[in-house]
Amino acid sequence: MRHDIPAPISATLSQKGAGNGCALSGGNIRRIVLEQAKRANVGHIGSALSVADIIAVLYGEVLRVSSPEDPDRDRFVLSKGHAALALYAALHLRGWLSGKDLNNYCGNNTSVGVHPEHSLRGIDFATGSLGQGLTMAGGAALAARLQGSARRAFALVSDAECNEGAQWEAVMFAAHHQLANLIAIVDLNGQQALGYTQEVLSLSPMAERWRVFGWDVHEVDGHDSAALTSTIASLNTKSGPPHVLIARTIFGRGVSYMERQIKWHYWPMSEAEYGRALAEVEGIQ
Amino acid sequence: MRAAFVKALVKLAEQDSRILLLTGDLGYMALEPFIEKFPKRFFNVGVAEQNLVGLATGLAESGFIPFVYSIVPFVTLRPYEFIRNGPVQHHLPVRIVGMGGGFEYATNGVSHYGLEDVGVMRMLPGMTIIAPADHEQAFNAVLATAELSGPVYYRLGKDDKTVVQGLDGRFELGRIQVLHEGEDILMAVMGSIAGEAVAAARILEGRGIGARVVLVSSFSSAPPDDLAKELANFRDALTLEAHYPLGGVGSLVCEIVAEQGLGTRVLRCAVGSCNEGITGNQRFLYERHGLSAELVAEKALRLLRDTPRWTATTRSL
Repeated sequence: MRHDIPAPISATLSQKGAGNGCALSGGNIRRIVLEQAKRANVGHIGSALSVADIIAVLYGEVLRVSSPEDPDRDRFVLSKGHAALALYAALHLRGWLSGKDLNNYCGNNTSVGVHPEHSLRGIDFATGSLGQGLTMAGGAALAARLQGSARRAFALVSDAECNEGAQWEAVMFAAHHQLANLIAIVDLNGQQALGYTQEVLSLSPMAERWRVFGWDVHEVDGHDSAALTSTIASLNTKSGPPHVLIARTIFGRGVSYMERQIKWHYWPMSEAEYGRALAEVEGIQ
Repeated sequence: MRAAFVKALVKLAEQDSRILLLTGDLGYMALEPFIEKFPKRFFNVGVAEQNLVGLATGLAESGFIPFVYSIVPFVTLRPYEFIRNGPVQHHLPVRIVGMGGGFEYATNGVSHYGLEDVGVMRMLPGMTIIAPADHEQAFNAVLATAELSGPVYYRLGKDDKTVVQGLDGRFELGRIQVLHEGEDILMAVMGSIAGEAVAAARILEGRGIGARVVLVSSFSSAPPDDLAKELANFRDALTLEAHYPLGGVGSLVCEIVAEQGLGTRVLRCAVGSCNEGITGNQRFLYERHGLSAELVAEKALRLLRDTPRWTATTRSL
């Protein structure tokens, strides 16, 4: 089978015309996620596939970042740090992460690990411990206001992450201070490490919870790029309450046998599974 | 030290617009001079210490120098992982200001005591720890550490009147301050309990014993060179702190003795445990835990009497 042994990313990218300047699409992110997860033989694949379209929209359409060194860039916090592989794929497709570095994913002597490290170019905040990202994004949003900057702060949180009490501290603060330039996106895939959120610790109704805490709430399909883009474009980030997109997603989206399956939170792919997965996402752009 | 800290902070903030003050809803009758002068640079984030530190991390990444204020355990232990993953890991100039090191909160009870804060903060690489002994030193320490690029933890007390004899407000990062001269025993002390060490030295003086008292007011940057030089001159050393035995000045001294192979015998005077839930005023608690000047002097005498020259073991009381 063609995909039995994944080739280094630089080779596959050149074969497919990807790389810098390649379309920053959910499909391309998914392909890189699968290739790297297989090469490194690690899991968290389902989580990365869940956010692939959101990450693609953010890095392709939304974030105002002329370069990762620009102090006035929009800030982005991947609060659900275990989906970092999707973020690395986007950084690579933006040209900020080399193919060589991407191929060091989960290697030794690299900052490209399972969870993002701030020492990696393009990572504003290191994450990995759930419930912390929105607090830092709140600080980034407040900083922008104090500095009179129009920049915005985005935090992508998981739905299970909303189990964390500290996150609601940040939710309250942002609403009280009307941090209009803070945008949270909840990856509402209904799953967590050991089960479905409804069974582990119910978060329903998610949208209502944020609404009563004073946020401007938008429920969207987290795999509908156009809807995500237009919703974010419609937000008033200059005044008013902070914003949250409750993005309905499917865990493992794009790989049929991973979709909504708990085991793909941690499971790595066998050769056969990899081939089948890659074939399925090849059709997505 | 509360008033001294705020006075120093106002002075710094007048010259540096990056400085912000955030509190977790504490600091009544203390923070007002800053709030009145810089109302737009002050935020009461509510009773939410994890967000307090997370916000500060986000603010510092954008170029601010946020001071976050609460009572010692609330601003160190509750948000500890936020400190670790935030300002420490990102090397950001977040200033963590803990009020009430040791037993300062006295009858408020064990929940309010700061007995392991220096220990847990010392474990964080890149965290500078400042534990002033009195308000004069606190004022100078805050000014002296203003330009540090990484995180700083200030362990402060409430007392803005008492001064430690022999200190005169001196502070130098990574150095000790000598409080009392003597040649028979070395006493290394941390924090506002330093006054007890100086008083103990005077009691010993009356018994014909010379105690040299040195103050350790910064930990990482610790003063290992200064302490190693001091310890090399003494067969016996006693440490004193309103802190559990692990992680504070007693630990630091033992580490230096072992690492340098000095052979000094160390008696750590520290708080054994507060789990029994007995509270009282600070004086009572010092006596209960064997940390008052009289009890420290007695321990020093016993140490000098009992130390066999052939052993170099470390003993904890």
